[in-house]
Amino acid sequence: MSDPLKFRDPEMARSLAATLARLVDDIGRPVAVMHVCGSHEQAIAKFGLRSLFPKNLNVIMGPGCPVCVTDVPEVDEGVVLAEQGVHIATYGDMLKVPGTVKSLADAQACGAKIHVVYSPSQAVELARRMPEEEVVFFATGFETTAVATAAVIVDNPPKNFSVLSAHKYIPPVMEIVAEMPGSRVEGFLAAGHAATITGWEVFEPFVLRHNLPVVVAGFEPLDILAGLVELVALIKDGTPRVVNTFPRCVTREGNMAAQVELWRVFRATGGRWRGIAHVPNGNLRLRDEWAHVDARKRFTIDVTGLWNYAPPHLAHECICGDIMAGIKNPYDCTLFNKSCVPETPVGACMVSNEGTCKIWHLYGGVPDLSEIEVPA
Amino acid sequence: MSAVTGRVSLKQGGGGRAMRALIERLFIADFASMPFDGVGLAAMDDGAAIPIGNEFLIVTTDSHVIKPIFFPGGDIGRISICGTVNDLAMMGATRPLGLTCGVILEEGFDLALLERIQQSLVATCREAGVVVITGDTKVMGRGEVDGIVINTTGVGMTKRPMRDNALEPGDRIVVTGTIGDHGLAVMAARHGLELEGDLKSDVAPINSLIEAALHACGDSIHAMKDPTRGGLASALHEMAAKSVVGIVLNEQKVPLTDAVRAAGEILGIDPLHVANEGKAVIGVAANAADALVATLRTHPLGRDAAVIGTCVTERPGSIILDTGFGRRLLAEPDGEPLPRIC
Amino acid sequence: MCLGVPGRVVEIRGSMATVDFWGVRRQVNLDIVDEPVQPGDYILNHVGFAIRRIPDESIAETLALYEVLLKEAEEDVMAADVRGEIEAGSRS
Repeated sequence: MSDPLKFRDPEMARSLAATLARLVDDIGRPVAVMHVCGSHEQAIAKFGLRSLFPKNLNVIMGPGCPVCVTDVPEVDEGVVLAEQGVHIATYGDMLKVPGTVKSLADAQACGAKIHVVYSPSQAVELARRMPEEEVVFFATGFETTAVATAAVIVDNPPKNFSVLSAHKYIPPVMEIVAEMPGSRVEGFLAAGHAATITGWEVFEPFVLRHNLPVVVAGFEPLDILAGLVELVALIKDGTPRVVNTFPRCVTREGNMAAQVELWRVFRATGGRWRGIAHVPNGNLRLRDEWAHVDARKRFTIDVTGLWNYAPPHLAHECICGDIMAGIKNPYDCTLFNKSCVPETPVGACMVSNEGTCKIWHLYGGVPDLSEIEVPA
Repeated sequence: MSAVTGRVSLKQGGGGRAMRALIERLFIADFASMPFDGVGLAAMDDGAAIPIGNEFLIVTTDSHVIKPIFFPGGDIGRISICGTVNDLAMMGATRPLGLTCGVILEEGFDLALLERIQQSLVATCREAGVVVITGDTKVMGRGEVDGIVINTTGVGMTKRPMRDNALEPGDRIVVTGTIGDHGLAVMAARHGLELEGDLKSDVAPINSLIEAALHACGDSIHAMKDPTRGGLASALHEMAAKSVVGIVLNEQKVPLTDAVRAAGEILGIDPLHVANEGKAVIGVAANAADALVATLRTHPLGRDAAVIGTCVTERPGSIILDTGFGRRLLAEPDGEPLPRIC
Repeated sequence: MCLGVPGRVVEIRGSMATVDFWGVRRQVNLDIVDEPVQPGDYILNHVGFAIRRIPDESIAETLALYEVLLKEAEEDVMAADVRGEIEAGSRS
């Protein structure tokens, strides 16, 4: 049955790409759409899909990289805890994200006990193996990942385990981007795995409010191309709707059991997203009933000590926020590829594998490589 | 004189750009300016070549700190021998004259474990046809070193040192077998990722494989490198940059085991970015590529050899990856890859 | 932002499943999956948790979806061609 490789057939990809080109041609002018999912950008970059997109279609990467939008103070909280001697368990993605002064990787180089985990269950295991030590799970990621955190929290974790939640919730930020002045985005490609949890009905109010189509798409090359075809078709027709092109994983209501667990443990509050500023209901924090596993309640986390250092002057020139909102691209940034490179990142967009700047740096922006002839 | 500040971080040991930058800045700069007749530090090749009469003495050294010490498919003992034997082979010295072996042990290290490592060292030496002829042992206090560190140095002779910087446009890129096995097996083991299956290291001595290749196609082979830390991507970047050519890589042609492909997808790690410990990347003239692959495939360690790319004049130093859907640039890895959730 | 990978359930013990991903097996937690899961079913794994039971028929459904998309666009193109011919006809 499910050979996912069936969704990587190059023939079908070319057909879908040709269809996409025809639709964009029919519209007869440049079209800009946005996706809000780091994994969509990863897939697009990894499979070289941009070389298949028609020239008049701009597929912008919005603020969909949870690592990028984890704000500086949140990283600082993790660093301060680490320097207090607490064991920090974190996903690999977060290790190198810069805080005010240092990243968790920097703290590790100075002796802090940081553990890279692949699952919140591993963090719990770690706590069980070291009952005399405090273990804090630095919980990052969107709602898809937050449900896993919720699952371990309700499952009686050991007393020395707690959670520092920096989880984010995606639907509110789509509102912000849709309302940004200067935004020319005509449609959104929504993240298929987040929608697996929330269902696609969560986008209906958005469509009504902003008159913009939303297409839910998966992550295989054919999923992405098909999703774009549907999105551009909706733009061409002028019929804003929510369409689900990922029925393997997404239903209208989503995963109810996971949703129940999610909202049992977390509440949405306003918070700062790095580079976007305030996103109402964009942050997920532990409800009061779970204070006993909340690292913010268990520990005194005083980050002001870090702020005695002058923030790097380069931070003022960082335009990650505009890049994440799709208003500018990395080449518009004075720091890109000069003082801001993966070894010495200024903004989060250069740190994360999903960050636009990192991807453009690694993959050379959107180079035209088609003309290079390979000798027979 | 520049003041070097800051601290060493783990990514500087990862084999990618960060490590090269550290090596160049701290170690190479001064030594490279001291007189030496031969292939020395400045070349940053797999080994050094000292001219002796009308031949060359190849010398290489490697320190091994791998964790876990025993991993699926191998152990620190085996990799200590293979790493050095293979580096010598990459320079053209396929019959090592001898190896040294220096061991630093942490106080409290289990002796039974040490014996297992020693037995692995011996077995691997027999397999490679080499002998450890001298060594050193030190013990440090508990906590002063992590378990065990092994350094091996090897010497061998060759009439023509094989370099990694002489690719020409039109040359084909050949790999001797499947890619990503070692890195993903160790990553899975190290992060306790509990992936069961056929995921195991490819660590093996390939000197006899390379000897066969050189014997059959020696004149047509322009460059060789073993894609260890930093993986195939790093090795190709180095070869392309030093040779001043671009390389178009056909992703569909890179041999991968199903297990490596799956583990890479699950962990979000690219098999092209992780270490291989029993493989070589060879740049060969186009008209000899098929003969080379045929020769490699007759050897047990070369069964999956394949042509995977071509050198071009455009974009020197870059690797252009043909994904099957379109083309993109393959990035040079920036340190140890980490499993990601996103 | 979601590295979700599909795999096939081999064995279930309590709330943990042994899942096969093209020859590599891993333990996956079933606590938050949307429907009851049996050996032989496909699930979507994200950070060690199954977040979706992938229904068998959805593969065919997806392939059918691609065909529809391709056909709809073709019809559009055909319609445009027809319109073009009519206009050309009315000018002559």
